[in-house]
Amino acid sequence: MATLKNLDDLRKLREQVKGELQERFGGEIKIIVGMGTCGIAAGAREVMTEILQELRTRNIDALITQTGCIGMCEREPLVDIERPGEKRVTYGRVTPKDVKRLVAEHVLHGRVVEDLVVARFDEEEE
Amino acid sequence: MEELSLHILDLVQNSLRAAATKVEIFIKEDLTRDCFLLEVRDNGRGMPEDFVKEALSPFTTTRTTRRVGLGLSLLDMVARRCGGGVEIDTKLGKGTRVRAVFQHSHWDRAPLGDIKATLVAIIAANPKLSLIYKHRLGGRDFILDTEEIKGILGRDIPLNNMAVLGWLEEYIAQGLAHLYGGEEKDGNPKESG
Repeated sequence: MATLKNLDDLRKLREQVKGELQERFGGEIKIIVGMGTCGIAAGAREVMTEILQELRTRNIDALITQTGCIGMCEREPLVDIERPGEKRVTYGRVTPKDVKRLVAEHVLHGRVVEDLVVARFDEEEE
Repeated sequence: MEELSLHILDLVQNSLRAAATKVEIFIKEDLTRDCFLLEVRDNGRGMPEDFVKEALSPFTTTRTTRRVGLGLSLLDMVARRCGGGVEIDTKLGKGTRVRAVFQHSHWDRAPLGDIKATLVAIIAANPKLSLIYKHRLGGRDFILDTEEIKGILGRDIPLNNMAVLGWLEEYIAQGLAHLYGGEEKDGNPKESG
C-alpha cells in the first residue's frame, strides 16, 4: 500500500504547488463535459476521469467545467474544447479511449479531431 | 445506471442546477439492519410543494431542453425494486434533501461503484462548491470536507489544481479502503452482503 495520504501531505503539496503557480502563462484552455442524466448514463464520468488523468500525466493546465443536458442526449457523452482565442468545438459520443487523442491533438496542438465533431461555435453565436 | 455512485452524481447535478453552494452526501451502510441509505442534501432553491409530489414521475422536469426528466424517477424505481424507496424533503428557498433507501443485501441493489470518480468529477468541475462526503459503515466513518481542504490550501491554490486533484483521489481511495477494512481494488471497494 502506498504511503497514507493525510492532511500534512496536503500542506507539503501546497508549498510545492505555490512555486509552480508563478510559472503559469495567461489564457486558459477550457474543457466542458456534459453531466446531465443522459451524459452520466452514457459514460460522462468515465470520460471526465480519463481527461483528468491525461491532463495530469501530461502536466497540462486546463479548466474543466460541466454543463447539464443541452438537448443532444443521443450524442452524449459530449465534450467541448476551447483554446484561448479559438473556436469552441463540441465532440460527441466520446469514450475514454478517445480522450488521449483529443488531448494530444486538440488541447495541445489546436488540431480538431474531425471524426468526433458534432458542432462548432462561432464567436457570434455565444 | 449500474452504480449508485452514478445516481449520486446525478443528484448532485440537480443540486447544482438549483444553484446550491453547499452539498452534503451521506451514505450509511447498516449491515445489522440490512439497510443501505443514500442521502444528498443541498442549500439550493428547493422545489414547490406540488412539484415534489410529481418529482418522482418520469414526466416531470425543470429542464427546458427536454420535457421528460429521468434522474429521480430512475432512482426511485431502482430503490423500490430493492425493497426501499425515495423520499424528498424540500423547502422553497432553503434546499432539498433526497433520501434513498435500499435493502443492503438485495440481489438487484447496484453496487456503490466508483464513488471516488464521482467525488473527484464533482470537485474538479465545481471547485467553489462546498462539498461534504460522509460514509458510515460498521461504526467507522470516512469524511471528506472540501472546506477543510480549502482552509489548508489557502486562497492561492484552487481545489481544481491538477496536483491537488491527484492528492484528493488518493486520499479518498485510502479513506474508503480503510472504511471497508481492506485494500482498495480498482476504485471499487469490496461490498459486503
